[in-house]
Amino acid sequence: MTSRASAERRLAWLLCAPALAAMLLVTAYPIGYALWLSLHRYDLRFPQQSQFVGLANYISVLGSEVWWQALINTLIITVASVTVELVLGFALALLMFKATLGRRTVRTVILIPYAMITVVSALAWKFAFDPTTGFVNALLDLDQAWLSERWSAFFVIVFSEIWKTTPFMALLLLAGLTLIPQDLNRAARVDGASAWQRLIKITLPLMKPTILVALLFRTLDAFRIFDTVYVQTRGAANTETVSVVGYNVLIARLNLGLGSAVSVLIFISVLIISLLFIKGFGAPLSQARRK
Amino acid sequence: MQKRLETVFWSGFGIIVMIYALVPVAWIISLSLKRSGDLNDQRFIPSAISFDNYRAIFEDAQFPAALWNSFGIALIATTLSILLAMFAAYAIVRLEFSGKQWVLAGVLAISMFPPVSIIGPLFNLWRIIGLFDTWAGLVIPYMTFTLPLAIWTLSAFFRELPWDLDKSARIDGATPFQAFFHIIAPLAAPGVFTAAILVFIFAWNDFLFATSLTSTNAARTVPAAIAFFTGSSQFEQPTGSIAAASVVVTLPVIVIVLLFQKRIVAGLTAGAVKG
Repeated sequence: MTSRASAERRLAWLLCAPALAAMLLVTAYPIGYALWLSLHRYDLRFPQQSQFVGLANYISVLGSEVWWQALINTLIITVASVTVELVLGFALALLMFKATLGRRTVRTVILIPYAMITVVSALAWKFAFDPTTGFVNALLDLDQAWLSERWSAFFVIVFSEIWKTTPFMALLLLAGLTLIPQDLNRAARVDGASAWQRLIKITLPLMKPTILVALLFRTLDAFRIFDTVYVQTRGAANTETVSVVGYNVLIARLNLGLGSAVSVLIFISVLIISLLFIKGFGAPLSQARRK
Repeated sequence: MQKRLETVFWSGFGIIVMIYALVPVAWIISLSLKRSGDLNDQRFIPSAISFDNYRAIFEDAQFPAALWNSFGIALIATTLSILLAMFAAYAIVRLEFSGKQWVLAGVLAISMFPPVSIIGPLFNLWRIIGLFDTWAGLVIPYMTFTLPLAIWTLSAFFRELPWDLDKSARIDGATPFQAFFHIIAPLAAPGVFTAAILVFIFAWNDFLFATSLTSTNAARTVPAAIAFFTGSSQFEQPTGSIAAASVVVTLPVIVIVLLFQKRIVAGLTAGAVKG
């Protein structure tokens, strides 16, 4: 290695060091600490009873109905919202790509959900669906207590999530759409391919890498859902998600040992989801990164 | 004919999208302007307008404090995050070094990291070292969790810069310092500004750290404060106050986002797809 190359290398690491140090200190160290805490009985209300308990916290979390129910709830919310977002987001991306009239206006208003604080949008929809305050029941001529029954509460939660995050999905997909060479579509059109055929045979296959990246990020994001559920139901009506369980055990009940076991399990779940995506669709993902 | 039909179809679709995006905003504004007696009238448009809710939230100590905390914390976190990200993005874009893949992998890992996994340890650490319920206690996690977004966005922008221009300026006799500040910095400024807006919005939006790591007006930010608003009596729902507070924190961000709409779209998509 020449001295110039090694000087460049040193400078590069020097420049990256502060960012890397911050990321390691605030994530790697605490997750290690969480792992340590999760092997101990450590309740802040009874700190003198702290002791090493091995895997006992994991056994009690994995043996409890609450964890599995929360995991199922989280998966229901994740799958439902990400599926709808993908379809809606794709339609929106096509709209922004194709619309001749008011294209700028659509691109502008679509950023409004992105700019709204999640807590605020969750509250806005909560009030909208509220039986005494809201306009939804009046509009649909219903008498429904949306947030006090499980499935209707899921509906409101997923609906709010979709409202808030579809624009982001649409923007990602729009970026992918603009990368498709338009000559291909024009040529297919000349050859007599219908709009639907062009979508299925040309657009979708070329969009695959972008779609997978967008799906991965939105899935992980949806799996961590906390704000909307906490604001709308606080986990009542059997709508608790894993993040809400973690928060309740850690911060509301101050049981750091048990709560850290939940934290570590959430971390492992996220790891599994990412690995599934990367293993299952590794090639297209790295292809998308290289662009 | 078919072309015309397509235009009509996409325009109709566009109108639906606009309604979709605007309804919750219009609804929360409408709620905030209703008189307290009208809050339960289930009407989308208020029958009479009153600013009582706004007066109430600014007379109370809690909301102005939260607004100040939110603004200060988000601004400091943004400044630090962008500063660190600029160094890293410059190295990623301009320098050849082995281990670049590792830096990128680390950044990707942080962007996938679930924050709920570390709120317990941070809560305990902050309590022990005295950062609990302080500005620094929130600035540190916000700075860290926005780094991936900032690094991706900045690298995408930096890649487009005509870096060779500074060489020609130096041939013309400028010092490296002058070349950087007169040629490169002005060209990089829009990208840095865009990244800063995205990071600021992220920090402004956070609820999980804000509820877990604060407990009083000393550092509680707006999202947490709104979620824990209580009515003036236990029988009165604070719906009107919540709505007014929501409008106050939402409108400025919407205005900023709409003003810089084009750049934000570029930043979001560049950061996420090309990183």
